[in-house]
Amino acid sequence: MDILTLFVIIPTLTIIGILFTKNNKQARVVAAVGMSIQLINAVNLIFSYISLRKSGDTAEFVFRKSYVWFESLNIQYAIGVDGIAVAMIALTAIIIFTGIFASWEVTELSREFFISLILLSTGVFGFFISLDLFTMFLFYEIAVIPMYLLIGIWGSGPKEYSAMKLTLMLMGGSALLLVGLIGIYFSSAGVSGVLSWDLSVISKINIPIEAQRIFFPLTFIGFGALGALFPFHTWSPDGHASAPTAVSMLHAGVLMKLGGYGAFRVAMFLMPQAAQEQAWIFLLLTGISVVYGAFGAIMQKDLKYINAYSSVSHCGLVLFGLLMMNKTAMDGAILQMISHGIMTALFFGLIGMIYGRTHTRLINEMGGLMKVMPFLSVCYVIGGLASLGLPGLSGFVAEMTIFVGAFQHADLFHRVMTIMAISAIVITAVYILRVVGILLFGPIRNPEFNHLTDGKWHERLTTITLISAIAGIGLAPFWLSNIIQESLTPIVERLAAFVH
Amino acid sequence: MSLESFLLMRHELLLIAIALIVLIAEIAMHDKEKKGLIPFVIILFAIHTFVGFLPEKTGNLFGEMFRSSQLTLLMKNILNIGVLIVLIQSAEWLKKPENKEKISEFFIILFSTLIGMYFMISAGHFVMFFIGIETATIPLAVLAAYEKSKNKSAEAGVKLVLMAALSTGISLYGVSMIYGTSGTLYFSELTKLFASSPLQTLGFIFFFSGMAFKISIVPFHFWTPDVYEGAPINVTSYLSVISKGAAVFIFTIVLFTVFSKIISLWQDVIYVSSVLTMTLANLFAIRQKNLKRFLAFSSIAQAGFIFLGIIGGSTLGMASVIYFVLIYIFSNLGAFGVISIISNKTGKENMDDYDGLYKTNPKLSLAMMLSLFSLAGIPPVAGFFGKFFLFTAAAQQGFYLLVFIGVLNTIISLYYYLLIVKAMFINKNDNPIAYFKSDNYSKVSLIMCIGGMVITGFASVIFEYIKNLSFGV
Repeated sequence: MDILTLFVIIPTLTIIGILFTKNNKQARVVAAVGMSIQLINAVNLIFSYISLRKSGDTAEFVFRKSYVWFESLNIQYAIGVDGIAVAMIALTAIIIFTGIFASWEVTELSREFFISLILLSTGVFGFFISLDLFTMFLFYEIAVIPMYLLIGIWGSGPKEYSAMKLTLMLMGGSALLLVGLIGIYFSSAGVSGVLSWDLSVISKINIPIEAQRIFFPLTFIGFGALGALFPFHTWSPDGHASAPTAVSMLHAGVLMKLGGYGAFRVAMFLMPQAAQEQAWIFLLLTGISVVYGAFGAIMQKDLKYINAYSSVSHCGLVLFGLLMMNKTAMDGAILQMISHGIMTALFFGLIGMIYGRTHTRLINEMGGLMKVMPFLSVCYVIGGLASLGLPGLSGFVAEMTIFVGAFQHADLFHRVMTIMAISAIVITAVYILRVVGILLFGPIRNPEFNHLTDGKWHERLTTITLISAIAGIGLAPFWLSNIIQESLTPIVERLAAFVH
Repeated sequence: MSLESFLLMRHELLLIAIALIVLIAEIAMHDKEKKGLIPFVIILFAIHTFVGFLPEKTGNLFGEMFRSSQLTLLMKNILNIGVLIVLIQSAEWLKKPENKEKISEFFIILFSTLIGMYFMISAGHFVMFFIGIETATIPLAVLAAYEKSKNKSAEAGVKLVLMAALSTGISLYGVSMIYGTSGTLYFSELTKLFASSPLQTLGFIFFFSGMAFKISIVPFHFWTPDVYEGAPINVTSYLSVISKGAAVFIFTIVLFTVFSKIISLWQDVIYVSSVLTMTLANLFAIRQKNLKRFLAFSSIAQAGFIFLGIIGGSTLGMASVIYFVLIYIFSNLGAFGVISIISNKTGKENMDDYDGLYKTNPKLSLAMMLSLFSLAGIPPVAGFFGKFFLFTAAAQQGFYLLVFIGVLNTIISLYYYLLIVKAMFINKNDNPIAYFKSDNYSKVSLIMCIGGMVITGFASVIFEYIKNLSFGV
């Protein structure tokens, strides 16, 4: 059994295992065991990948397997990874692992909850290991539908509305994506005359430029809707705020990164010429995302909405970095994907823990929580400092790299956009410090909160895992950066060939 | 005509024999309850379905009026599977006291319509086609009016008979024009002779309109919601799936052979009707509360999607249409199966009654959810593959804008399918439908539907087999 398909098989077996459990407690134990195995598998993959590269394998994608599926359409179950995919798989494994523990206290229909959550992660894992566009799309769609049930049944607030809005908008994105993918397929004849869905095959040929001009925006927007591209991001605030904790962690942490990953792996990798031509339009949109998300976060009073807008801003920064199309900026963008993924998972996890105790998410109803729940509060402060880019934590590394790469473009337009994006750091600092100040420091506003408990064991496990990852990347980013950089080379070379 | 060539009509002969056996069996049964009749008929039909898959010779009969090819055999087998599921689902309804005297009539009339569909699919001549389509439609009116005590059932029957008469009359008018200009009604000769003169084009338009009634294309769809709502649920499922499927099959064959010379004309016609059908049906479906009407509009929209496969006129197009009809059979019968179980038990057919169904009847809710997802085109059920290949077939011939409209309509349809999912899983209800155990027949039928939905997508052999048999313009 090859190592990559295991990433899809382990969650499926976990789901089948949960089907046989009899009550909540058994279900969560099975889920925890399953996702721990998945995490071990991910770590194994990282080490296998590094050793494979050290031994001299320079193929673009490794661990490849390919089985013919629908022969007449040349659809294959083709899997393979490069360094970036390995990093994303590791991110997903960490977040689903911590997400299970953050949901330890779900009691209503908890078997169905864990099944839906793990099904969601199966779709995400499958997406990252696939090299065939059809298979990628299949897994991508599997990842969208459990969201509706997860938010609609276990969410809070206007959950039905948020769930429906999120599902329909993301399906709208995948509708555009579908047209784009079919268009890429029919333009993939190239020299050999054989149409193909395989990424590695299509990336070697030049798709005709007229086709590129139509299908690049479709594909980019299709993925961008998931990656919070302005103005297709409106599902995000309500969706994240209404979702239960683990779902927000998984969604903001991983699914939105799926959008960024797809944008560069499919849209930019396969259609570099159109990418260069049309980059400025999307740069404008992502620039607006970054700043608008940050300003939006300042206005919010609900913790989850603040974090949701913050996610819009940071995910906009990912797309921003990718659109700069040079090695440094793209390296930074992928680092930002991972860094923000872990960070936002930490935030949403903490918010869930705080809400579980105070039963309110409005910051002006809470105060002085540092005295009551020191462990959780310190974790929140660390998360906040990572978010505003404090050196030593992962946010700094990622953002710094993006901005250095972005500044390498000497023309006026890029410089202005870069300065605009950098200004978002200041705005980020405003809302982060404001929240930390009101929420954690100061007097205890609600005397009932005096006897709230601090983090339980499963909550400490969640937060410590995530903070270690953040600090690890912040203090020693080179191990991650090395994996990513060598895989970026083919993409950057392709893009550089078509510099506008 | 030798016996060998007569046996080319194996499907039809076997079904006629079964219908006669049912007639005699009922007379022969002594007990008043006639308990054994339903399982007997189901077993007979299961044998017929199985025998249908055995290898059979192909050829032409009656001087090419009856054409049997591997493709038509495949189509008949697909219909057989669907009818088998419909029969199993009708078992519970037929056992009701008001239906006890009419059990064998139901089966015989159903089989008569199916025989008509067989002849319609194998037609090689317009008169055979007309015989087939009349035989396939008129008896359905009797089935639609089966529940004598309800006004809506009688209304459904009358509307169906009027629609059938009108549509075949219009079709025939068109066919007569084609005859007048070319002097022949044989499909194979018309394929070569068709010259796209104005009168022949008019003939095509009339023929199309007649068929469009049967397939429920906008703006010929007005009979569909009322008939689907009024008829008994099992008749509705038969209508929506088998009747429509057979009409789609023969329509595709006729378009790709007889009218192949005027392809650019009918591509325009299908383009416009497809867009109208998908969009209007989806928009109307959003407001429906009665589940049978809801599924009626959903079926109309699905027919719009099927046209996306036809428009290219390619081999991939025909393959994707046949594949989609097979998947549509499983998905729609799954949804109708759940509605039929609940309606038989509680008499409730409204979306609001389904609130909170998951808490009391989780397995039924899951079956319904899977069927709805398949209808919407969400993986991992087969509906995703069906819709994807339809879009690919349309895009192959360059109809990207149509594909875009199609995917937009998929999103609108997802909205109203999710409304039912929301009702079952999310909405709270103080008075949900109580827990009950379904009878064995219904369980078997739902398992068949769900199995079909799951397997047909992932097992690529099915699609490849269909593609090998298809042909394009």
